[in-house]
Amino acid sequence: MSLTGRNKTSILDKPLSRGKGEVSLSCFALLFSEVVQYCQNRSHTVPELQNRLHELGRKVGVKIIDLYFLRERNGKREIKLLNILLFVKSTLWKVLFGREADKLEHSNDDENTYYLMEKEPLVNRFISVPRDKSSLNCAVFVAGIIEAVLTGTGFTAKVTAHWHKGTTYMVKFDDTVVTRDKQLEER
Amino acid sequence: MSRASTRFDTKKVNSELVTLTYGALVAQMIKDLDNTEDVSKQLERLGYNMGIRLIEDFLAKTGTGRCLDLKDTADKIQSAFRMYLGVQPNVANWSAAGDEFSFILDSNPLTDLVELPDELKNLKYCNIICGVIRGALEMVQLDVQSWIVQDQLKGDQNTEVRVKFIRRLEDAMPAGED
Repeated sequence: MSLTGRNKTSILDKPLSRGKGEVSLSCFALLFSEVVQYCQNRSHTVPELQNRLHELGRKVGVKIIDLYFLRERNGKREIKLLNILLFVKSTLWKVLFGREADKLEHSNDDENTYYLMEKEPLVNRFISVPRDKSSLNCAVFVAGIIEAVLTGTGFTAKVTAHWHKGTTYMVKFDDTVVTRDKQLEER
Repeated sequence: MSRASTRFDTKKVNSELVTLTYGALVAQMIKDLDNTEDVSKQLERLGYNMGIRLIEDFLAKTGTGRCLDLKDTADKIQSAFRMYLGVQPNVANWSAAGDEFSFILDSNPLTDLVELPDELKNLKYCNIICGVIRGALEMVQLDVQSWIVQDQLKGDQNTEVRVKFIRRLEDAMPAGED
């Protein structure tokens, strides 16, 4: 695009780092608290605040796909629904938060819906929610990450976070995704 | 005496989560505020808010006492960088009067996967670090000014943050007390 006459090495020319760097938890917790404060200053209602956090999570999730599929999966794509969910639950959770998510369940009522459960998300550890905003769950940030990862790998979904048995992420896939997965299984 | 409390907290988080979260925040800010000057100022303020709480965390984890002079302060900030960001900066470029110095970082977890596009050439991406230093030192009664001299994102060899000591702050007594 504008590379004529410019011989600066772009960041894409450097080799990918191994991603083993670590930063202290207090640093992340303080940064996240600033993120929430920033979003709060620009929102007037709780749903608006949650949307902003979700947006930020989506931005993060989009970048994560390439990074981790290249590193952990050697670039191979996932084409089965259950496999991508297991990838999110175990591998992705482990690299991001240091441990696996607690449970992955399929909903009994709706076959498009899955539930990922976690007793205490890392992001919520130092956040106290006031009583008048009790529906706020800052894990919508993580829900945004999951949504971006799923949508970006070809499994369009909507992910929301709820207060249920700790924190539950409700993953609702698009009908097309579920139909396609069924066809794959039938072959 | 307080040697036993130099255990460093072992709770760590993947540095890329911090890089990407900070990057998403900066991207959102740029969309919300049109002016890169405003974004740089906001980042410094954000850093200031983080710094005033980070200093308590630092003192709780290391239990160090008062610094004797500015060199001592510089050393403590250096170990704080190692504790919080996992990088060890070099302290260099002391001014003749001994009241200014620089931290030279050759790797910075906040900018690991970041590239600055041309239209954001004026953005001080690492301004949050300046804010953290200013906020943390203000809570221990040191008024300092801190700014970025060199920036790896703009093509320099490493990132240099310069700190200048302005004055020592006195605790103001509330009105009515002696």
